[in-house]
Amino acid sequence: MVNRFFTLIAAGILALAPGLGGPARADQCTDEMPLPHQQWSFEGPLGTYDEATLQHGFQVYKEVCAVCHALKHVAFRDLTEIGYSEDQVKGIAAQFAPGPPGGPPVQVTDAQPNDQGQMVQRSARPSDPFVPPFPNDQAARAANNGALPPDMSLLVKAREGGPDYVYGIATGFKDAPASCKLGSNMYWNDYFPGHQIAMPPPLTTDGQVTYADGTKPTIKQMAADVTTFLAWASEPNLNERHRMGAKVILFLLVAAGLFYAAKRRIWAKIH
Amino acid sequence: MPVTGTGRISRIVRWVDYRLPFVAQLEHELNEYPTPRNLNYWWNFGSLAGIMLVIMIVSGIVLAMHYTPESTMAFDSVERIMRDVNYGWLLRYIHMNGASMFFVLVYIHIFRGLYYGSYKYPRELLWMLGVVILLLMMATAFMGYVLPWGQMSYWGATVITNLFSAIPIFGQKIVTLLWGGFTVANPTLNRFFSLHYLLPFVIVAVVMLHLVALHQHGSNNPLGIDHKGPQDSIPFHPYYTIKDLFGLTVFLLIFSVVVFFYPNFLGDPQNYIPANPLQTPPDIVPEWYFLPFYAILRSMTFNVMGIPSKLVGVILMFSSILLLFVLPWLDTSRVRSATFRPIYKKIYWLLVADVLFLGYVGAHPPAGAIVVYGQLATFYYFFHFLILIPLIGKIERPRPLPTSIGAAVLGPGAAEAAGGE
Repeated sequence: MVNRFFTLIAAGILALAPGLGGPARADQCTDEMPLPHQQWSFEGPLGTYDEATLQHGFQVYKEVCAVCHALKHVAFRDLTEIGYSEDQVKGIAAQFAPGPPGGPPVQVTDAQPNDQGQMVQRSARPSDPFVPPFPNDQAARAANNGALPPDMSLLVKAREGGPDYVYGIATGFKDAPASCKLGSNMYWNDYFPGHQIAMPPPLTTDGQVTYADGTKPTIKQMAADVTTFLAWASEPNLNERHRMGAKVILFLLVAAGLFYAAKRRIWAKIH
Repeated sequence: MPVTGTGRISRIVRWVDYRLPFVAQLEHELNEYPTPRNLNYWWNFGSLAGIMLVIMIVSGIVLAMHYTPESTMAFDSVERIMRDVNYGWLLRYIHMNGASMFFVLVYIHIFRGLYYGSYKYPRELLWMLGVVILLLMMATAFMGYVLPWGQMSYWGATVITNLFSAIPIFGQKIVTLLWGGFTVANPTLNRFFSLHYLLPFVIVAVVMLHLVALHQHGSNNPLGIDHKGPQDSIPFHPYYTIKDLFGLTVFLLIFSVVVFFYPNFLGDPQNYIPANPLQTPPDIVPEWYFLPFYAILRSMTFNVMGIPSKLVGVILMFSSILLLFVLPWLDTSRVRSATFRPIYKKIYWLLVADVLFLGYVGAHPPAGAIVVYGQLATFYYFFHFLILIPLIGKIERPRPLPTSIGAAVLGPGAAEAAGGE
């Protein structure tokens, strides 16, 4: 953890102490690249998610990411919060097909046996969490050259840099510099720690998905959209939290003013 | 002063007070308890810490209703609280940032005591009870951080419990007992949850004793001189109730900004990854409030007289807090407040800078210059308490003390006039 609290306070002391920090020599094959900051609608105290962006992002997740990445803490019913109707959510759940494109809609095994004692297979319902593309970690590794695609439910909160990092990875694929040797089945990514990532570039061409409202699906657009969707997946209550926060702060400001006036008045008697 | 009304409520209160002097005691503490008239805003932090303790207990009890202390379900149950429990996100962000805020308040409270000499005669036991509270808080916070069972929970628990293995002969046995097995696992989580629920109530009990000790001789004050007569004090209510209330509101403003707008600022992103015993995170760093102690622990990179460096580090880390128990006897100066101690005032601020710098060192991987800086800062910490504090008390010439609090605050003439207030 870069402990920002102490880093801020110690910055002054640091300035007086020579020789702290700073890498001894540069190595372009392993050195971290600074993560560029993007503008996000949900940053800052009054930020909110944009519904159209969330729906675009969901589409990118569903058609691209869900081939390998699970989203187990999010349920289909949660999609009503990003503007889908209950009927639409029913359809999305029933049609949901993670794993390689073109596969049939996924079947879910009921948690409890039926009254004949048999485990029932059925299509997904709104109350189900997003069905993972692989039944278990071993199956996921077996299908991905030994690498485990992480669950995406908390990805944005679980990485230093948050949305900038996720966007950086989605757009950071390049040819490896000539002097750096890639491992087998590895790809070069500017922003992945160590630069060698086992994930093949997920967004390869403009127009990889088709947005119904005619927004142009460039790679950058799709990356920004899916990052916003994943930010929502990690922190679905952000809009409500920011709204409530504004009210609470306003209330406390007024209360502080009143109490301060009362304090002045009471203490005036003894000064 | 007994309740004297003739109404029904007054009669009931009198009936109860005759048997259990609750209201009478409250009346005594609020209206008759003389409080120095010159307390500044640094004296708000004790009551703020008390309120924070209540906030932590209440939010914690509700969280415990939804949390599952089982290693395969703990992480998911916390996510369920965040997503599906009504206002669960609010409760959890209050509780998780509340721990940080609690330490901010208590550290300020402690440093206030250090500045104004609140630990000196006759408040030594009051101070020592405070150190007990600090130790209990640290244990509670550490075990609480383990409960979400994220990567940093798991590896933090592994590193910290492993410290006990440095103890000669019994070390490994103690570690096995803490873990409930041979590695940090489900039994560890179970016992940490149980203790995390228990210790706050132990803290409440020690806080009660802290208050009894406080009310024995009353609050210290910015001048550090004793209460000499009625002109020096005012009743706690309404003067300090309203001042505390205003301070509380300002504190809640800051707390709310963190909870509502930057709830993960003080946290580690790694802890949103479920615990994985097979994958060590790149950096294992404790929460910010442990960083200075973590830096002291890691400062020992060499053996001392045949004692392994790890054991010395552990001893130093614990002594850095245990030292505070004997501080009242290390300090040879009879003057309490740093206001009248020109040399102590300077080294006080050096100590503050040293502790902050230790925090900075603790947040960074121990390599290169960081190691040396950590060792120097650790050395200075002990040098301050063991050498400077006893020495300065002997050589320093304190400035003259005012004759009374009233005289200093109101001027010599006004003190007489205000005597009856």
